[in-house]
Amino acid sequence: MSAAKGGARERVPGRGPLPGWVVPGSILLLVAASSQVVFPLWERAWLLFVGVAFVCLVLVVQEVEPRVPMRHRGLYGKALAFGFPVVLLLTWEWLSTSGVLNARWFPPPSQIAVALWELTITYDRFNRTSLIGRPWLLPERLASDGWAGAVALANESHVWATLSRVGFGFAIGAAPGIVIGMVMGLNRTVRMMLDATMSAFYVLPKIAIFPILMLVFANPFGEGPKIAVVAISAFFLVAISTMAGVQGIDEVYLEAGRNFGANRWQMFRHVILPAALPIVFSGLRLALGTALIVIVAVEFVRADRGVGFLIFYNWQVLVTPRMYAALVVVMGLGVLLTSILQLIERRVMPWRRTPDPR
Amino acid sequence: MALKIVSTAAQKRFPTRHGWMTAIERFDLEVEEGEFVCVVGPSGCGKSTFLRILAGLDHVTGGDVRIVPGPDPSQPLNNVVFQEYAVFPWKSVLDNVAFGLEMRGVGRSQRYERARQWLAKVGLTRFEDYYPGQLSGGMKQRVSIARALTNDPQVLLMDEPLGALDAQTRTVLQEELLTIWEESRKTVVYITHSIEEAVFLADRVVIMTAHPGRVKEEFRVDLPRPRDLSTMATPAFAALTGAVWEALRDEVTRAMAAQA
Ligand SMILES: Nc1ncnc2c1ncn2[C@@H]1O[C@H](COP(=O)(O)OP(=O)(O)OP(=O)(O)O)[C@@H](O)[C@H]1O
Ligand SMILES: [Mg+2]
Repeated sequence: MSAAKGGARERVPGRGPLPGWVVPGSILLLVAASSQVVFPLWERAWLLFVGVAFVCLVLVVQEVEPRVPMRHRGLYGKALAFGFPVVLLLTWEWLSTSGVLNARWFPPPSQIAVALWELTITYDRFNRTSLIGRPWLLPERLASDGWAGAVALANESHVWATLSRVGFGFAIGAAPGIVIGMVMGLNRTVRMMLDATMSAFYVLPKIAIFPILMLVFANPFGEGPKIAVVAISAFFLVAISTMAGVQGIDEVYLEAGRNFGANRWQMFRHVILPAALPIVFSGLRLALGTALIVIVAVEFVRADRGVGFLIFYNWQVLVTPRMYAALVVVMGLGVLLTSILQLIERRVMPWRRTPDPR
Repeated sequence: MALKIVSTAAQKRFPTRHGWMTAIERFDLEVEEGEFVCVVGPSGCGKSTFLRILAGLDHVTGGDVRIVPGPDPSQPLNNVVFQEYAVFPWKSVLDNVAFGLEMRGVGRSQRYERARQWLAKVGLTRFEDYYPGQLSGGMKQRVSIARALTNDPQVLLMDEPLGALDAQTRTVLQEELLTIWEESRKTVVYITHSIEEAVFLADRVVIMTAHPGRVKEEFRVDLPRPRDLSTMATPAFAALTGAVWEALRDEVTRAMAAQA
């Protein structure tokens, strides 16, 4: 290898120059290991194969980095971040089309993509559902049935069902969570009265109280209990982290506020609220993730619509590509919801947008 | 001249697990209107405790500490120049500096106008839209100083305001502080660990004893004003710092022995 000659090239700290045979050797090994001929040799020790292949890949890619000009390094980083999953998907594709993986349980990504597309455009007559509610029919239905038409379309959508349950549940739970958390953070008496109870409920898996919630609502199979279970999950998480956020405020900010004559309301508005916000938002992020977990679990057991239902239904009828497609949709929803929250976060806390220069 | 700060037999005791811990006792101090007083003393002798009592952030357990109110009731009694980490990271530099006025209900344009005047004096005009997270430690300390000065208090209280800064930034800020003070001649109580800083800034240097904290000795600093860096090179300055150090040395060794 040319490491010794190219002295100007930067090195990873703690890593000396590699012996010259390592990179060509790795390339050889990668090619050999991934060829059909050699592959059966590896079949029994597939984990070892994966490990060796990954190490070889890293060794080869590492040699590329110093050759990339400085101004393209950012692009290079992105290429790695997106390239690697693509390699994974391609490997998966190849493993399952070549029969190494059982395609019934691990269908190739291309099939999953097709299934996702089919799910999107078709209407499931048996379940009377569709994935996103066939928005292309919207103008037509609006014209024929007015708003009722639009509502009917939304009601057949799995994505809308899950989104609205998470959205309403999260809002209904998080808002009082913030309020109670603030009160608990600010008032010692309230905190002492509620803390133990809240902690007890906090550790309870909220899905466990779903049966009770079904009893509470007039229609046990309706939206009520589903939204409620999401709301309750979000509430405790948000309340507890908000309380921690308020309690964790540096005393010096409170003293500065007092010294400059802030009254109770000003203190809250100008000092306590903004000082606690970062922790409040980390609680909200946590609660959002949990809300998604809870709703998918609930939809597994008690729903005739929703992405969780879609996963479970397609598992039951053994249409695995569609099951995976539904998993992809859940991931997409997770990303979507988290980025909405991030957007709000940046709006509400503009001072956190610019990183500390030191 | 009129007295501005009067502390008579002030005492502060903290309840601890091992009974009462006396931070300051029989603490007598008088500060005149327009005087710049520096307080030095060994670590843990109760300087911050006294300042917090002055600022109304804590209370005496005995005796009396008070700031004599001036003729204008709308002028705040005191403001503290906190250390740099006490500027609000969620407010822009301008809003930090205008904070006191905002709390007092001064309208937006008026308070920004006054805040900008002080930002100009501490050399931060260009940074009014920045958040503290984007500033260096010295710049943040300037914000903290401007925040207190914009509020135009009757007494300015500072607890080691430059303590966390590097030597060069510190020297620059000492000079800036003096320039600003010499314009306004506000009453100032300034706590520091640096004897040079104390002698350079003050009209009077107060030395405290440790355990319990009490005034041990006072030095009048008659160096002519306006002072600048060249003041520090004069023999009078050297003589004064030497004398202060002499008086302080016993206390520091005693305090260190007590802690060991
Ligand atoms: N809230 C408190 N509870 C109990 N003891 C306290 C409290 N605040 C201060 N003390 C004690 O009072 C004494 C004086 O503290 P203070 O902070 O006033 O010292 P200081 O002179 O400012 O020290 P330094 O120069 O290190 O800042 C110390 O021994 C400290 O331990
Ligand atoms: Mg102190």
